[in-house]
Order: sequence, then structure tokens, then C-alpha cells
Amino acid sequence: MTIDKNARYRTSHEYARREGASIVTGISDHAQDSLGDIVFVELPAVGKVLKQGEAFGVVESVKAASDLYMPLSGTITEVNAALQGDPALINKDPYGAGWMIKFAPANAAEWDGLLDAAAYEKEAGKE
Amino acid sequence: MNLKPEPLVYELSSPGRIAVSLPERDVNATPIPASLARTDLPLPELDELTVVRHFTRLSQKNYSIDTHFYPLGSCTMKYNPKVNEQTASLSGWRNSHPLAGDEFSQGSIELIHRLQETLREIGGFEAVSLQPAAGAHGELSGVFMIRAWHQARGDVKRRKMLIPDSAHGTNPASCTMAGLAAVTIPSDAEGGVDLAALRAALDDTVAGIMITNPNTLGLFDPNIEEIARLVHEAGGLVYGDGANMNALTGVFKPGEAGIDVMHFNLHKTFSTPHGGGGPGAGMVGAGSKLKDFLPGPLAVLESGTYRMRMPSKSIGRMKSFYGNFGVLVRAYTYVRMLGAAGLRRLAENAVLNANYLKVLIEGTYPVKYPRRCMHEFVAMGDIAEGVHTLDVAKRLIDYGFHPPTIYFPLIVSEALMIEPTETEDKDTLDEFAEALLKIAEEAKSHPDLLHAAPSTTPIGRLDEVAAARNPVLCYRG
Amino acid sequence: MPFIANSDADRAAMLARIGVSSVEELFGDIPEARRFPKLDLGEPLAELEVTREIESMAAKNLSASACAWFLGAGAYNHFIPAVVPALASRGEFLTAYTPYQPEVSQGTLQAIFEYQSMAAALLGMEVVNASHYDGATALAEAVLMAYNNGGGRRRILLPADLHPEYKEVIRTYFAAFDTKIEEYTGEPGKATLDDATCCLVAAYPDFSGEIHDLKAAADAAHAAGALFIVHADPIMCAVLKSPGELGADIVTAEGQALGNAMNYGGPFLGMMGVSSKLVRKLPGRIAGEARDHEGRRGFVLTLTAREQHIRREKAVSNICSNQGLVMLQTCIYLAAMGKTGLRTVAELCWNKAHYAASRIAALPGFKVETGNFFKEFTVRTPVPAGSLAEKLSRRGVVPGLPLSRYYPSRDRELLVCVTEMNTKAQIDLLVESLKEAAK
Repeated sequence: MTIDKNARYRTSHEYARREGASIVTGISDHAQDSLGDIVFVELPAVGKVLKQGEAFGVVESVKAASDLYMPLSGTITEVNAALQGDPALINKDPYGAGWMIKFAPANAAEWDGLLDAAAYEKEAGKE
Repeated sequence: MNLKPEPLVYELSSPGRIAVSLPERDVNATPIPASLARTDLPLPELDELTVVRHFTRLSQKNYSIDTHFYPLGSCTMKYNPKVNEQTASLSGWRNSHPLAGDEFSQGSIELIHRLQETLREIGGFEAVSLQPAAGAHGELSGVFMIRAWHQARGDVKRRKMLIPDSAHGTNPASCTMAGLAAVTIPSDAEGGVDLAALRAALDDTVAGIMITNPNTLGLFDPNIEEIARLVHEAGGLVYGDGANMNALTGVFKPGEAGIDVMHFNLHKTFSTPHGGGGPGAGMVGAGSKLKDFLPGPLAVLESGTYRMRMPSKSIGRMKSFYGNFGVLVRAYTYVRMLGAAGLRRLAENAVLNANYLKVLIEGTYPVKYPRRCMHEFVAMGDIAEGVHTLDVAKRLIDYGFHPPTIYFPLIVSEALMIEPTETEDKDTLDEFAEALLKIAEEAKSHPDLLHAAPSTTPIGRLDEVAAARNPVLCYRG
Repeated sequence: MPFIANSDADRAAMLARIGVSSVEELFGDIPEARRFPKLDLGEPLAELEVTREIESMAAKNLSASACAWFLGAGAYNHFIPAVVPALASRGEFLTAYTPYQPEVSQGTLQAIFEYQSMAAALLGMEVVNASHYDGATALAEAVLMAYNNGGGRRRILLPADLHPEYKEVIRTYFAAFDTKIEEYTGEPGKATLDDATCCLVAAYPDFSGEIHDLKAAADAAHAAGALFIVHADPIMCAVLKSPGELGADIVTAEGQALGNAMNYGGPFLGMMGVSSKLVRKLPGRIAGEARDHEGRRGFVLTLTAREQHIRREKAVSNICSNQGLVMLQTCIYLAAMGKTGLRTVAELCWNKAHYAASRIAALPGFKVETGNFFKEFTVRTPVPAGSLAEKLSRRGVVPGLPLSRYYPSRDRELLVCVTEMNTKAQIDLLVESLKEAAK
């Protein structure tokens, strides 16, 4: 299991990483590994406004499906179009080419409530 | 098994061929206006013998009850008597129209009425509807009924349905379709409903509970009456999922033990064939509170004439017309041949066969809840390093057995869910257990045999990931 | 005891192995007071006895094979070639389960794939699923799909002239949802759409038999951002433009007419097809092509993450058992009929229905009310249609459905259906009988 030390996490396995003023989100390496080969991902429309904890999409493998939750509230500014043709990018490089959405956070203070890398590693290790 | 690849109907097609003979037109032709007419109909063109060979060859690529032991847990793959097919295909049924009028359909309505009465007695209910077309359709009817009952009392805040974590996926999915939120209740150490968790979840927002008993672990929850009492005390109703009724015919009447509404799967318990996925029939039975809410119409006998009538507070129609009538004829044939004595004998042998098989294999394939089981049990298939339930299942195919249900229920890891049914004999069970034990030895000595299995089938394991990433769902020429 | 294989000796040996002395001991978890209740049912019957009993019941029905039959209204009397039941009743198809183990279910899986391919071609859609319970539930689930994916749009537009039982099923399915189900009359393209409408539903043809302009309706629905759902007569689609060609996003159909007996209303076949953009929202099972490690072609149930056994309360539907065997019969029917046969059936329906309508229209006091129709049309009768139908039915001529069955005030309307099963002699008999009964 690899962990992006620069990111913060939800217990539902989404990560949030700051890139300038915006946040990049995807699922952790642990999450992609337990889902198995990902076959499909459904992402929101650009411009959609979502609250922290609200579902922004769905990720599916052959045997499982999982909702994806916003780590912070915000407005979607970009989605990773490459995932439609090649969802395996999420398995291969969850923190890099397998990113899912970028969004403009509405409430920066929510960042502090997320798990840091060490806390998430401990959390994910329990499963 | 037929191992030869069989082309698709489109690949067998050749222009100008036809497999049917139709009468010549005996009236004047009326031209179809060009604005409405279709120009091309891309269907295949085959002769009759090609059609016959094609589908015969396809059939030979299936395992079936008629050809193989098929111990799929939770599916009740019992023998489907041939007489059922004969009685269901009588011309008087096949050529009867649902809108001919009650007076011209007395035979059909009489059969529906007789089957309603029989199932009512088996389940201990006050009334029964045969409208639902499948188990999940019966479930949906039942959840609609529970919702409608609360609504009729003005109790609109009850929006939660409690569902044990061992339940079939159809239970929570049915709740969503009825606008209720599914709330999961954990199992206790014995595999039954955790009563403390149930008590904690019960409040005035709970519409009811959906309970499968015996549950998907094959265990009868001895607290069933206490569970019903608690739920009723909190103002909720109890839904019984009758998927596992095969353990209970002549043994226990759910309607007398606090179950307010319940479905039976006629395609499981009452021997109607599964047909590669359906059709089923999901009769719903109800007690005094809910009988007026049943989906309709129901068959009634009014001064010597059979009629189809809607119950007074019915949730309405769940499908057009009167249920999967052809399936009902098969189930009726079966219960008439068994009678009261046969129904009890059925459950006794279903439970005997499961317990016997469990004893034969549990030393090698651990059973998580080692209680006495009912009609099925759940073992675990990760019996050697690097070997999974899937590998055991696929290797069973090479021994000539259909695999059990795997990876269900979700609360047992590496689940191997086995239901032999009452129609199998001891010899078959012995052979099956022997194969399982042999596979367990192979798992240690030659695990590659398991990983490469099956090797005796028309195809090997398919790349389901590629199939789902780039779906090909139609012939593309 | 039939159907139970173990002998008493087997049972004794098994009980000994389990370590109990009687089979009753295995039922110790059942509350004692409830255990082994009396069943007030008859004695077991022998095969011969049960067959006689059921034969005598079946003989009480009025059988379409013994009459001049002009009643349709959702269940249709069509020709079924002998190959259909002969092949579908093979035990390997009949007694197999849902094909979850693809290596030992290729027969069923390939048949589903072939059905999907032929049904998609017939309906003009990109993807068809492996079946729903019947046409009514297929349509209800189609509307549910539109509602669940409508981004909060709550208005559903149904034709007033939709099969009344289909309307009832949709209302049952939507009882728990905060929707506005409205009905429009006349041309679907003229229905009032707005930005709260999630779908416009059209029947092709409608319950009275009328064929409407679907192209205009599709354009109107799409302009309003709504999905366009068409419920179609699949045999009609063999000769008239397919709903897909006319712009439907979702098509449903009652597939009973395609190789399945009327059977007092079931089992029937719910058909559903969608455009490819909706495939991940489509309920029900779907078979897809796949390869094994040696590159051999096979078929497998795919896109299963939509379904209840994986997604539970978030599944697109609760459907599990479907109408597999009925779908197989339709698959064999479509393969046997093929391009030429199905067109011939449809043309026979069209020509015979138009012949019948022209003759009935010429009868004094009778009027054909339907303009553009395929095989079914509405006739205004000079006397109440209910008593007329009952009188003729007793003489072996079933003239159609008196609309008073569903609409008591429409007591002088008769819905007449003519198929390839009706000979010219039968149609002439119907005309003569109507004329005489109206005197």
C-alpha cells in the first residue's frame, strides 16, 4: 500500500491534495487494491457544487461498486476525461494519472478535519 | 458437454433461407404508406434444420438439473417434475386469454383459487396473492404493503426498514424502490439477528423488518417470535422473505409466528423450473393487518362462480393481468402430488441432506457457524495457501458438478454456500463430498490444477474485466 | 414418495452419520409449540389423478384455438412454430439456473446475447437487456430510470390512451415517490413539456390502435431536455419504422407475441432497449462477449455492478429472476422467423386487419374510429359492445375487447384485433355475426 504523504484522506478512502488554490481528488492505493480491476468510473459535470461528504461519482469493478465522496465542499472545475477510456489508470497510478476531479474548495477550514497520511495509514491498516 | 464453438445465428445466416412456412395472403393487399414503412429488418435468415441444430448444440453447453447435481445455495435447484410441463402446456391454458371475461375463464380462476388456498394453508396466512412475477417482485409488493399500511394510519414518518446483514441484495433494493431507507442490523455470534442491535434500532421511524428465516447461512433464528414481538411493540411490521421455505413446508407456518407479510418463490420451493433465469412466481401471503392491501386481483368464489377481484385497500397491480399463470399450474401440480404428508417429507429430506453433506465436509471446509443447519449451509473455500473459493468452485466443474453459490452471503469470507435439496439421493451427496475432499488434497499437492480449472468446458475462465471495460452487447457484423 | 430419492435405509444411514436418532431432532431450532403443524390439505395424488384433475379445469376455459378469435388488448393470438417449444423445452435450458458460472452456461448466455442482438435490431436500439416480467413492468422500470436520472425532474407524461393496466402498474410503482404523473391526449408531439418533465411516454400504437407521429414527439421531448420512451408492438416493428429510428431513448415492448402462448396473461416477456448512453443505468441482466485466456469467444453476464446483488440499496432495480425461458422462446422464434418470416407475419396482420376494418366500416351502424392502425382498431358499435361480445363469444366468435371493461362510459366501443391466425372466412364470419347481432 502506497500513501501520498502530501495528501489528506477520508475514512471512505478518497484523498485530497492541494494544487495551488484547487484540490485534486481520487481514491487511495489501498482503495483501488481492494476494489480490484476498475472497469468504469462515473464523474460529475464541471460546475457542479457539492458539499463535503456528498457523493460526486461512482467507481465500479467487476464484483463491487462504490460511491465516491467529496473530501471538502466545493465546485467542480475539471474531471479526468482520460478515465472514461482507460479506467485502469486508477489501478496503475491512483495519485497521479488516476486522479478523478479537481475542485475549488468552498471552505478551506474543512481541510483540517481530514486524516493526515499517518492517521489514514493506520485507519486503512485496520481493514 | 458440447465443446465445439457454436457460431452466432447471424454467422449462420444465408440470404434467402427461411425456417417457417406461413399461409398465403387470402385478402386484398393494403399498401403500407411509405412514410410509416421500415426499409430494412436486420434479422438472420436460417433454414429449420439449422435452427434446430443450433439451439440443440447451445443447450449442450449448459449444466442443468436434468444433467448434473446443481447445489446452488439459496437457489433450491430441485428436480422439476416432467408432469409439471405436461399439465402446464394443455391447450386450455395456452390458448386462454386474460381478458376473455371471468365466465369464459373459469378453469384458470379455479386453479388460481385452489393454489391461493393451498399456499395460504402452508404459510399460515389469511389471504394470498399470486400476482407477483418473481421473488423480488413479491418482496417489492410486501414492502409497498407495509408502507401503505402506515400511510393509511397517517403514520407517515416511518421511513426506515431494518434488514439483517445476511440478507439477499434484493431486500435493500426493494426498499429503495418503495422509498424506504434500508438500515442494516448485524448478526450475532450464532448467526441470527443481534437482538441488542435490533432493540437499539427500533423507534417510531421504523416501518418494519425484513427477515429471511432460515437465513442465508441456512440457520433458523429461534428468536423469530421475540423479534416479531419487539418490532410490533415498536409499531413496525414484519416482512418474511420466503426464499428458504424449502426447509419449512409442513414444519413451521410463518404466518402464525408473527410474520405479517411474506413471499414464497414458487420456482424454488414448489419445483417450477428456473429456465436459465426465470420465469419465477413470487406469491405474497398476508395476515389480518395486511390482507386487504395485497396486490390484485385475487381469485374469489362467489355463489358458485369464480371471479377476479381487487382487495379493498389494494396497493394495486404489480403487473398486467394475473401473475405468471403458466408457473402457477406447475406449482399446483406439485403440491397436489405431494399433499400434506409429502410437503413435510420434502422439508425433512432437504434438511437431512444438508446436514449429512455438512458432516461429510466440514472437517476440511470449515463452517463458520457450526450449528445444526436447515436446508443449506455455508462453508469456506480458502483451504490452502493461494487457493480461493473461486478455484474450488471451478475445479468442481471438472468433476462434473455445478459449483455451489460462492462469495455469498457477504458476511462470510470465501463463502461456499451449499444447498443439496431433497430430490438428491445419498449416493450423489457421497460423490460430491468425495470430489470436494479430493479437491482439498489437490489444493495442497497440485494447486495449479485448481487455478487452471475448469479444463473440461467449451471455454476457460473469461476475462470479465475486459468485457466490462469495453462492453460488446450485440452482434456487430 | 415421488421426487424424494432417499430410501428408509439411506435415511437411517445418514442420520447415524450425523449423530441423531431421528429426523425430527434436526428441527430443534423451531419453537416447539409451532413445530410440525397440521396441514389441512388433501392426500397426495398420483400423476394420473392430478393430470385428470387439471385437464378438467383447463377444459372449462374458452380456448382461442376453438374460436374465431379477435381479442388482443395486450395479449395476442399469434402463430408459434413447432421448433420454438420443442427446443426451448430441452431440459438443459429449462432446468438451468441464471448463468452465473459462465463455463457451464454458455448455452443460455449465447442465447441471451443472440436475443439481445435480434431484439435490438427489431426495436432499432443499441442495447437490449435480458428481460423484465412483462411489458407493463418494463415500461414502469423505464419510467423509473428516467425519473432516477432526471436530475430532480418530477413530471412524467403518459398517454391517456395507454393500456389501462400499464397505467395502474406505473402508479403502483410510483406510489412512494413525489412525482407528478400527468396524462396527455392525442398526438404525443403536442403534449405540454417543460423543464420539470423527466420523460415523455408514447405508445406505438396506443391502446385504441392509433399510430402517432413519433419523430415529432422525440424532437419535442429532446428540446425540453426530457427522455423519450416508446412502448411498441414488436411485430409491428417488422414493417413500420422502429422506435429507435424515430428517436426513442428507451423502448419497451410486450414480447409475448413473439413466440409465446397467451397463457391467461403470463408468463410474458418484458423487452427493454436503450441508446448506448443509458447502458449503465439499464436495469436487469445483460450478456456481453468476452474471451478466455486462449482467446476463445464466450459470453458472460456483464455490467453487473448495476444490480442488486452487488449494489444492494443503490442498485438501479431490485430485479433478480427475470423471464429467461420466455426470452429464449422469443430468441428461437426470431431466429426461425428471420428477416422474411417476421415481415410476412406483420404484413399478414396489416392486410387482414385492414380488410376486416373496411368490411366492418361498411356495416350499417358501425364505425371504425382508428385512423392509422396496424392490427388492432376501435369500432363504434350500434348496440352495447359488452353484451354483443358476450353473445358472440358463446357462439365461438370472440369479436374483441368491449372498452367498457376499463371505461364503463365507453359502452359502445369494441377493440378488434386481427392477426395472421385469422382466415378470411373467420373475418367474414365476424362481419356477418356483428351485422346480425346489431339488428
